[in-house]
Amino acid sequence: MATKREKRKLGREELQRIIAMCMSVEERGLDPFLVDVEDLIKVIREYFPEWKLPEDLVLDAETIHHLASVIKMQSEWVKHRSTSLYTDPFLLEEKIRRLSREQLATIFLKSYHPIVELEQISPHSLMQAVQYWKDLIPLDERWKRVEYTETSMGVTSREEMIEQKVIAEKRFSEELEAFWRELLQKTGEKEKIEYWDFIGSDDFKETVRRAYLASFLVTYGYATLEIDRLEEIVFIKPHKKPIPLTGKKEVVSVPVSVSYDDWMKWKEARTS
Amino acid sequence: MKKKDIYASKVKRAAHLLFFRRHRKPGVKGWELRKRLGTDYPKVLTILDSFLEKLDLQVKTVFESEPSKEAKPSLEELDKARFYITLRGGLTPKETKMMGWRIDDIAGLAITISSIISKKGKAPRDDVEQLLRDKLPGWRVDINLDRYIRSGYIAEDENRQLYLDWRTRAEIDESALVKLLLGSES
Repeated sequence: MATKREKRKLGREELQRIIAMCMSVEERGLDPFLVDVEDLIKVIREYFPEWKLPEDLVLDAETIHHLASVIKMQSEWVKHRSTSLYTDPFLLEEKIRRLSREQLATIFLKSYHPIVELEQISPHSLMQAVQYWKDLIPLDERWKRVEYTETSMGVTSREEMIEQKVIAEKRFSEELEAFWRELLQKTGEKEKIEYWDFIGSDDFKETVRRAYLASFLVTYGYATLEIDRLEEIVFIKPHKKPIPLTGKKEVVSVPVSVSYDDWMKWKEARTS
Repeated sequence: MKKKDIYASKVKRAAHLLFFRRHRKPGVKGWELRKRLGTDYPKVLTILDSFLEKLDLQVKTVFESEPSKEAKPSLEELDKARFYITLRGGLTPKETKMMGWRIDDIAGLAITISSIISKKGKAPRDDVEQLLRDKLPGWRVDINLDRYIRSGYIAEDENRQLYLDWRTRAEIDESALVKLLLGSES
């Protein structure tokens, strides 16, 4: 049984090898007589009784198809050799190598009969050209210099720049430090505080801003998140000193949703 | 109208059709001529050809697939063929300026075309490049081959095989080129 399976495997490899060989002859324009058709047919015939699966029969048919293409190329080759155009490529190459560029050009010109033709513009193209010309802005307008509006110089204050969001009120690191201190203060004697109680604010916009800052507290090691899987409550636990997270233990990202609905629920729960 | 006048008018129309380029490629298909001149367009072209002979010009017929030499081409074959006006004789080296090509470019084209012919109309680009490097500076080989492709003398497929294209079939007497090359004395 094992030998039959092995033979089939070997047969498939043989057929694929034949296909690859035929394809290289077809695609690279190699001499089709490099392929010993008779020998290959013997191989195909030898393995044919082994094929039971449709895939194997398809592979067999494909091999025959490629071999037929090679036979066609061989027939064309013979036909070409019998025509007046047949030239031994090596002989021709040798001739070409011996001739100078001038000689080659002179020979070429004797067999060269260039096409005689007149190119002319069609009425349609002429109309397009007229339209283009009409739409073209005059040169003096096209080359006009860009004019600048002159404005007087003025002085702006820091408050104005903060208002215009050109600069932030506090540097981010300062803001984060202040936020961390607030967390420490709110936690007080306790070890941790509920996440929503810390980030939650009466204004939703402010809640989102606090959630954003809290994410940086955790990322930069100022605090950690703890999740009570049973109650589904998230706690935030401040560190006394920032602890860099890298390299110590595996870092896990915890997505915490801060949607408007969540915020409303938190607000209602707080007031009730 | 007399028969002679009818043909004179048809010959004029045929000359206009063939001389003035109306498509991206020059030349006119047989079926186009039949539509404009009538079913006797082969006869009109023969008369035009005899007129052009005095000017060293000719009507060149390029068949889709080469018909057998003995048999006369059928109307169907003629309809599918493309007709051009070409120079009847050859150009002298002094006249090559008309082509706008340098001697090197012409020699390169001769090498490329003859090498493809000798390999049954299909040659690997690498082989042709190697042959061209003997006559042209290395950096120009690629540029020249691309130029021949753009001009329609040769075509290239996705396997980097080069073939003869429409302009070679229209402008070059392939068998004469090979014979002249083989018969030349270096």
